[in-house]
Amino acid sequence: MWKGMNHMNLTRAAGAGTDKSGDVLVWAEPGGSPVQIEVESSVADLFGGAILAAVQETAAACGVTAGRIRIQDKGALDYVIRARVETALRRSGGEA
Amino acid sequence: MMRSLLFLPGNSPSMLINGDLLGSDSIIIDLEDAVSPDDKDAARILVRNALGFFRYRTTVVVRINGLDTGYWRKDLEEIVPLAPQFILLPKAGCAQDMLTLDQALLALEQANSLTPGGIRVIALVETAVGVEHAYEIASACPRVAALALGAEDLTADLQCKRTKEGAEIAYSRGRLVAAARAAGVECFDTPFTDTDDLEGLEQDARLAKGLGFSGKLVINPRHVGIVNQAFSPSAADIAYAREVMRVIEEGRAQGKGAVALHGKMIDKPIVARARQVLDAAEQMGVKA
Repeated sequence: MWKGMNHMNLTRAAGAGTDKSGDVLVWAEPGGSPVQIEVESSVADLFGGAILAAVQETAAACGVTAGRIRIQDKGALDYVIRARVETALRRSGGEA
Repeated sequence: MMRSLLFLPGNSPSMLINGDLLGSDSIIIDLEDAVSPDDKDAARILVRNALGFFRYRTTVVVRINGLDTGYWRKDLEEIVPLAPQFILLPKAGCAQDMLTLDQALLALEQANSLTPGGIRVIALVETAVGVEHAYEIASACPRVAALALGAEDLTADLQCKRTKEGAEIAYSRGRLVAAARAAGVECFDTPFTDTDDLEGLEQDARLAKGLGFSGKLVINPRHVGIVNQAFSPSAADIAYAREVMRVIEEGRAQGKGAVALHGKMIDKPIVARARQVLDAAEQMGVKA
C-alpha cells in the first residue's frame, strides 16, 4: 500500500476524476489551514460522512494540512474517492 | 489455467468494479493503450486502490506501459506493492527487455517484503523483432510465464493489413507457440477485435486452440464465454482421453508392450495428449 507523504504543499489548482457514473470529480487548490472540504453528492444524506472521512484521511496520508478540496460525487465507491483525491492532491502539489 | 484474459481499462471505475463478474479466467487491467497520456498518473493510482479494495478472486494481470516510455517505472512503483500475479509487458522485443523488467521488479519486491520472483511476467510480442526473438524472450529468465501475441501493432509493423482470416499472422502464431513451448511457458493468442462477429470469434479461437495456444486475449466481455468454451476440452476429448488411459492401464496389467484403441496404436504422444486433456479438464472443473 502507498506509504503516503510527510508533507505536501498545494501550489496550484488541479483536478481529477470524471463526471461518469461511479466516478467523482475532485478539485484541489492552495488555501488556508486547516484543509477546507466541500462535498456535493446526491447520496450526501446517507454517505456524506463517509465521503468526508475518506477525503480527510487521504489528505492526511498525503501530508496536506492546508488548502481547499471540492468533491462532486457521482456515486463513487470509497476506493475511487480516495484515488481521485490523491491524484488531485499530487497534481496540485506539483508531483504530476 | 487462463483460457481468457479480459482487458479492462485502468482508469474506469465502472469497469474495474466488474473484474470478478465477467467470467474470464483473468483480467488484464490496462495502464497502456486504454489510458490517455494525461491520465497515466490517475489510472495507476486508481488501479492501486482498486487492487487493495476489491482483492479480486480472478487472476490479475496489469499491463504496464512500454519500456520505451517514461511511465513504466512509475506504474511498477504503484502496482507492485499490491502484488498482482502477473505484469504484461507490451512490445517485448528481446531478452534484455525481460531482464530489465526482472531487475526492476526484483528491487520493488524486496523493498515491499514480497517473495522475490513472485510476480510473473507475460511478454506481449507485437513487433517483427519481437517475433524473431520469441524464444530468447520466453527463456530470458524464470519470471517469464508466457508469451502473448498482439496482432494489431504487429501487422502495422509488418506493413500488412489485418484480416479476420489471419493469414498475415500465421507465421507469427506458429513461431510464438513453438518458442513458448520450447521454453516451457504458456502462450496466448491475439484478441479478436470485431466485437459483434461472434461466429468469427469462435472460428478464430478454435484455430488458436488447434495451433497450441493456451488461451486468448479478449477485449470485450461478450467474447469471454465463447473463448472459454473454445479453450476447454470437449466432452468427446475427455471421453477419448479416459479411454486412452484405460487401455494403457489394461495393457500394462496384461504385460502388453503395445496397445491399440479403435484400431489405432496408442503411443507415447497420444498418452501425453490424453494426460494434458484430463489435467486441463480437472483444472477447469470441466466434466464430461
